[in-house]
Amino acid sequence: MARVLVGVKRVIDYAVKIRVKPDKSGVVTEGVKHSMNPFDEIAVEEAVRMKEKKLAAEVIAVSCGPTQAQETLRTALAMGVDKAIHVEVTGKDLDTLQPIHVSKILAKLAQDEKADLVIVGKQAIDDDCNQTAQMTAALLDWPQGTFASKIEKGDGILTIVREIDGGLETVKVKTPAVLSADLRLNEPRYATLPNIMKAKKKPLKKLTPKDLGVEIKAHQEVVSVEDPPVRQAGSIVPDVDTLAAKLKEGGFA
Amino acid sequence: MMLSRSRNVLQTKKFSSLLKRLESTLVIAEHNNEKLTPITLNALTAAKQIGGDISVLVAGTKCAAVAGEVCKAAGVGKVLVADDQAFKGFTPETLTPLILATQKQFNFTHILAGATAFGKALLPRVAAKLDVSPVSDIIAIKSADTFVRTIYAGNAVLTLKSKDAVKVVSIRGTNFEAAPATGGSGKSEAVAAADYKTDKIEFVSQELSKSDRPDLSSAKAVVSGGRGMKSGDNFKMLYDLADKLNAAVGASRAAVDAGFVPNDLQVGQTGKIVAPDLYIAVGISGAIQHLAGMKDSKTIVAINKDPEAPIFQVADFGLVADLFKAVPELTQKL
Repeated sequence: MARVLVGVKRVIDYAVKIRVKPDKSGVVTEGVKHSMNPFDEIAVEEAVRMKEKKLAAEVIAVSCGPTQAQETLRTALAMGVDKAIHVEVTGKDLDTLQPIHVSKILAKLAQDEKADLVIVGKQAIDDDCNQTAQMTAALLDWPQGTFASKIEKGDGILTIVREIDGGLETVKVKTPAVLSADLRLNEPRYATLPNIMKAKKKPLKKLTPKDLGVEIKAHQEVVSVEDPPVRQAGSIVPDVDTLAAKLKEGGFA
Repeated sequence: MMLSRSRNVLQTKKFSSLLKRLESTLVIAEHNNEKLTPITLNALTAAKQIGGDISVLVAGTKCAAVAGEVCKAAGVGKVLVADDQAFKGFTPETLTPLILATQKQFNFTHILAGATAFGKALLPRVAAKLDVSPVSDIIAIKSADTFVRTIYAGNAVLTLKSKDAVKVVSIRGTNFEAAPATGGSGKSEAVAAADYKTDKIEFVSQELSKSDRPDLSSAKAVVSGGRGMKSGDNFKMLYDLADKLNAAVGASRAAVDAGFVPNDLQVGQTGKIVAPDLYIAVGISGAIQHLAGMKDSKTIVAINKDPEAPIFQVADFGLVADLFKAVPELTQKL
């Protein structure tokens, strides 16, 4: 039975309207509601379902980030993950942290934990990079099943339906493999209160990138973070006739 | 005096062109073995902005016709062709070693592709093998190492400087004009043969949505429906309107999740990014995640019965009305 490693990230909640810092160095994160990245919830749910179907023996959640990342890991534990690993990244390293570093950490942990499967969300909704699964797979030299909307497990082979631009695509990958979850893979469960209580007793190991031999080297430098251009306010038209006239005026019809 | 000054200018010009010549970009062509995907032409424009030589890699199975098409695109220097059964399904597992071998031979400073499902799946795998940090979905190029991209669903604009020796970059098609498909005189050459087969992944099949309408990502007009459409059958109304406007049809996540339309119609942070001349949002509230995919449209029209819907804050023309009455009426009047 497979051992599954799931990567989860703590991000600003998807419903929050973010604010750019006046000094243009980033966005305001202090005092802002954070949650588990929505795509990672889907990844966790898929891993837990594999365990419930007795396709996975153990599910391990990993998060790289500040102390608060442990809250995200507790959420994963409450959803049914068996144990958690917090790779603590703080201060300057946290600003430098990018998918390439997270991938190195996940790849090392996948080997240490003898995982057969790594599942992450297809992208984090803060940096919108969409890179970690692909890079982790590359570092491990494992095949990748990105943007998965369906995963079927066979003997040493996974059949994956991927969401691509023109529709859907089916591939078969040999395990061990790295997968990334798309929105339609599943509907994540809510953690119940008893499970949240139980999650508090589940093991959570703390490590640093250094423990794993990963250096948080800066590959990029932030020049500025700014507000996007604001659209000019439009107008409400009174009826369909006016709208049709406006469209004709604009040369659209 | 005048003379020496003009010579100076000449020298500076020479020097900067020399600098530019140091850049060399590899564009990974996206295609289906028969036709080039339009975003490759947008990537060529991005490559031109970086400066220096532009090479294009065409890898596939029986892709000679596509290679021929690429040779004609303006600005293309070398066209590297890798025709091998191993590239069936264009899997990143087989294309990555090919790109690495090409990179080893030619030492490109930039590797570019469109930020499509193809480019997004492939480039980070290549970047990790090169131990560099890829730059996703850029919207502008400030200089050969400085790029602009959006973060937080398009609610912040990040300008970053890459310190990596090789810049692996995916480009947002809607932010770069398509390079002319003709007028170029690229020279095609075969990539040295090697074994790119792998048993780690096997491409099985594709189910592509068929449509006679323009492609969503490149259409001049888009009509999108949301939860307010109530059912898949009701999308017929939008197809009729789209036909009048020669528009593509899109959807919000809610409409896709509810099963009204297939996933490849989704517009938004995690679906497609579109920037048509005209975007008509019907029965779409305008969540942050949806706006991320369409707010660069030139003219936005919203039809919604809820006057408080956030979509009206970005709409140039808003109509507060029941879409089931307004849409057929609009179709009729156009």
